[in-house]
Amino acid sequence: MKMKFATMAVTAMMAAAPAMADLVFPSLSYRTGPYAAGGIPFADGYADYFTLLNERDGGIGGVPTRLLECETGYNTAKGVECYESTKGEGALVYQPLSTGITYQLIPKVTADGIPLHTMGYGRTSAANGEVFSNVFNYPSNYWDGASGAINYLLESNGGDISGKKIALVYHNSAYGKEPIRTLEELQKKHGYELTLLPVDHPGQEQKSQWLQIRRERPDFVVMWGWGVMNQVAIQEASNIRFPMENFIGVWWSGAEHDVLPAGDKANGYKAVTFHNVGRDFPVFDDIQKYVVDTGKAAGAGDQIGNVLYNRGMYAAMLAAEAAKTAQEMHGTAEITPAMMRDGMEALVIDEAKMTALGMPNFGPSFNVSCENHGGPGLVGMTQWDAANQTWSMISDFKETDGEVIGALVAEDSASYAAENNIEAGCK
Amino acid sequence: MFYREAGDFKTNYADDNQTFPIKFDRYRYYALMLFAFIVVPFLINDYWVNAIFLPFLIYSIAAIGLNILVGYCGQVSLGTGGFMAVGAYACYKLMTSFPEISIFIHVLLAGGVTALVGVLFGLPSLRIKGFYLAVATLAAQFFLVWLFNRVPWFYNYSASGQISAPERTVFGVAVTGPNTSAWATYLFCLVLLTIVGLIARNLTRGMQGRKWMAIRDMDIAAEIIGVNPLKAKLSAFAVSSFFIGVAGALYFSVYLGAVEVGEAFGINQSFLVLFMIIIGGLGSIFGSFAGAAFLVLMPVLLKNVLVGGLGWPTDIAAHLEFLIVGALIIVFLIAEPHGLAQLWRVAKEKLRLWPFPH
Repeated sequence: MKMKFATMAVTAMMAAAPAMADLVFPSLSYRTGPYAAGGIPFADGYADYFTLLNERDGGIGGVPTRLLECETGYNTAKGVECYESTKGEGALVYQPLSTGITYQLIPKVTADGIPLHTMGYGRTSAANGEVFSNVFNYPSNYWDGASGAINYLLESNGGDISGKKIALVYHNSAYGKEPIRTLEELQKKHGYELTLLPVDHPGQEQKSQWLQIRRERPDFVVMWGWGVMNQVAIQEASNIRFPMENFIGVWWSGAEHDVLPAGDKANGYKAVTFHNVGRDFPVFDDIQKYVVDTGKAAGAGDQIGNVLYNRGMYAAMLAAEAAKTAQEMHGTAEITPAMMRDGMEALVIDEAKMTALGMPNFGPSFNVSCENHGGPGLVGMTQWDAANQTWSMISDFKETDGEVIGALVAEDSASYAAENNIEAGCK
Repeated sequence: MFYREAGDFKTNYADDNQTFPIKFDRYRYYALMLFAFIVVPFLINDYWVNAIFLPFLIYSIAAIGLNILVGYCGQVSLGTGGFMAVGAYACYKLMTSFPEISIFIHVLLAGGVTALVGVLFGLPSLRIKGFYLAVATLAAQFFLVWLFNRVPWFYNYSASGQISAPERTVFGVAVTGPNTSAWATYLFCLVLLTIVGLIARNLTRGMQGRKWMAIRDMDIAAEIIGVNPLKAKLSAFAVSSFFIGVAGALYFSVYLGAVEVGEAFGINQSFLVLFMIIIGGLGSIFGSFAGAAFLVLMPVLLKNVLVGGLGWPTDIAAHLEFLIVGALIIVFLIAEPHGLAQLWRVAKEKLRLWPFPH
């Protein structure tokens, strides 16, 4: 009798196992709190792309995808709870969209063998794949963003910005502090003056910072803001009549909801980017046909084509392509997180692939390798047109200062490796 | 019927003065301790420990600490987040400076450092009272967070200003860092909570606790009967900050593993712990546990029911969570202004008389 029961239990378990076979993509999103304005479009884009894959192609490689959404509220403790509650379901890759949560997850995912993709955020030195085996931050990171902004200023000022004053308005957190080191290194190289202006969470109070800008009259202002901080900064900048074309945000400070509250005065504001903007891509027709028209759009469905929606969709596309790569590498459609990691490390994105996906010139072409988890670090520039209410690319994806950034990445990742007894090297 | 002193004879003072004089209570307590120490470590997994047990245990320590100051000594404090940050950063500096020493020692030392800082910020309590003291401790909160953000020495000059806990062990078992097992972190926090709970319980029912309560109830009268307000208030600040510092050290090193001071130890943290003791019951050790359990478990439970059980969209669930927890707090406070501990006390009184209430 006992034997019979045991056999039954085993059979039941074996029968139950194949039912789990779908590709699980957790989405640690935030649709509430002071950062929801940025969290919602990203989460919608991420979800809609996977819905599109399921509806149009029947998933990835014939296996349907399953999105596990978990609300973090941009809060690290809730992020941990979300991670623990979803990792047991076979989560293939985490994209927390929060630098704070990323820092927490880096050691955890490495111990659990799950890849972490922090696209344009997180710990920049994770670009060194020899130390951070499970963390990826392709195609671009914060330091590329900082360097890209400085390169743009160099270009538009005839290659010389020595003696110019640049103010960095940043979110006073791990996220906002990331570019400081790079900007300081570049300061030595290009000879500009850097002023640091921290803004405390959540960033609604910026009067004193902008008063200082008004007094010191920097030539350029660079911003590392997120959430409600962006709109307030742009509003304050227009209040002190700071010329918008000299105001450059990082990619997290350059979406529609950041500039719309300031109205016409925000015209000319710029933001660096690592992917294209607008909805002039064939993939949006498919999204309209398979996702929106069938009533399966995530959230309210009103974010399609926004900058951050595109970024969420781009993140999902890169994850899906990595999953495809992993399926081809390992010859199985039902991949594990470890296989997914291999797929991400062997990911190749080129123009032909993006065109086939209906996203021609949507992002830069790049290859990921074990040594370089950070991609090429190509950065473009976008500008806001208040009359038409559109963002447009005004400079194509260009090289950043790899020499300075490479040295910083090597230094920071070496100190992480020393702190945590990690032996650097490719397996 | 079964919950009463009748027939339970004590023959010496030690027995008569014990924490749980009623036999049923005592056995329940032993059973709970046995369950927590022997059964739970075999049952828990990463999810249970990281989402439920660790926050509950750590917030219980913090709530006990704050309850000593606010509930027993009557000194309102809004600086809990700042003091937890002191514990966390002290622990981080100690961990990275003396890697060979057991983390257990570091956590206690971090508590000690916090106690010193707490006494320093407790000094104004000798002159100012009530709401004004709350404002002074609020200054401590903002000052400490600013300090840890501002001075790079505290975060070892890391580029991002984050501190992250390297792997440290107790008796060769890792309790911090990424490669911990669920039972190890759970037991580590549970042992500390048990020690803290025992110390707090015995302090508060001894002479020291009576002095604190005398100060709380009427400080002038207390002074007249011979309680030294300087010693009483500063000792309350020291003991309270010690516990809060231990909680902060655990919150950073064992629970989160990496923190950013403004986000993890902001003013919200201070309010959260204050709400815990208000809902749980001021001046009650059990209340600290109950309050911590209520505010830690309720959101997780609601989330699991609404999102996991009913399959609602996460944003609606998150908003509803705020509504429900908020409404429950109001309901509780209207129904029982003295907190969950008072409900428990009333229940016990009723049990004693049951089944013949008259």
